[in-house]
Amino acid sequence: MAKERPLSPHLMIYRPQLTSMMSISHRLSGAALAAGSLLLVWWVVALASGAGYYSLVQGIMLSIPGRLVLFGFSAAVFYHLSNGIRHLFWDFGIGLTIEGVYRSGYLVIGSTLVLTLGLWSLIVFG
Amino acid sequence: MATSSSMRSALGKARSLGSARTGVSHWWSQRLTAIGLIPLVLYLVAGLVLHAGAEYHAARAWISAPFNATAALLFFGVGFYHASLGIQVIIEDYVSNERRRLLALVASKMVMTGLAALSLFSVLSVALA
Repeated sequence: MAKERPLSPHLMIYRPQLTSMMSISHRLSGAALAAGSLLLVWWVVALASGAGYYSLVQGIMLSIPGRLVLFGFSAAVFYHLSNGIRHLFWDFGIGLTIEGVYRSGYLVIGSTLVLTLGLWSLIVFG
Repeated sequence: MATSSSMRSALGKARSLGSARTGVSHWWSQRLTAIGLIPLVLYLVAGLVLHAGAEYHAARAWISAPFNATAALLFFGVGFYHASLGIQVIIEDYVSNERRRLLALVASKMVMTGLAALSLFSVLSVALA
């Protein structure tokens, strides 16, 4: 019978760190983008299907719940984009120090906020 | 070989392939598609914002312009390829049962390929109308 053996260090005993949280967020945002791509596909399919169906889809997307989903989608786009660029720098061996990883981490969070809020202020007030 | 610090066989080194033979190509494809997606996403986001909520004919005209249609086609093709590479890694990491892993991998590749085909056809049918 299976004995109660010590498990390898369990995720839950660690205090959450910026680095690990941002790492799993990259994966989560990537998965969210794969799911959210259905919105883009739906939009071009509507565009190819005719004016009536397009305005139906447009109406759903521009409704308040639709805008909330699009807001989340855009935040995932900008996070995955910014953090993906951070990963590409790491692939070249740039910024692979504890200080560097934290500095670029805050930079990614800042650029995600600026791009997401900038985009939506353009849409709402532009 | 006795003095070598490498664990790799001489044949493996000569072939310059990893243990799974094709692992490096996944890594390269993921990075190259990522680089390609940077300008594509920025260009299309800017265009979509400027045309957010555009009515039917304006939206069709926008996506039919040569640079916009090309960007959209590249985005959907490269984007779904990048997505399928990413989903593959997630499945490989978390689905330990071999049968379920294979099924999930095949299903995800089929869904991504189908979505790519649907979106590419839609853009083309609008752009070439």
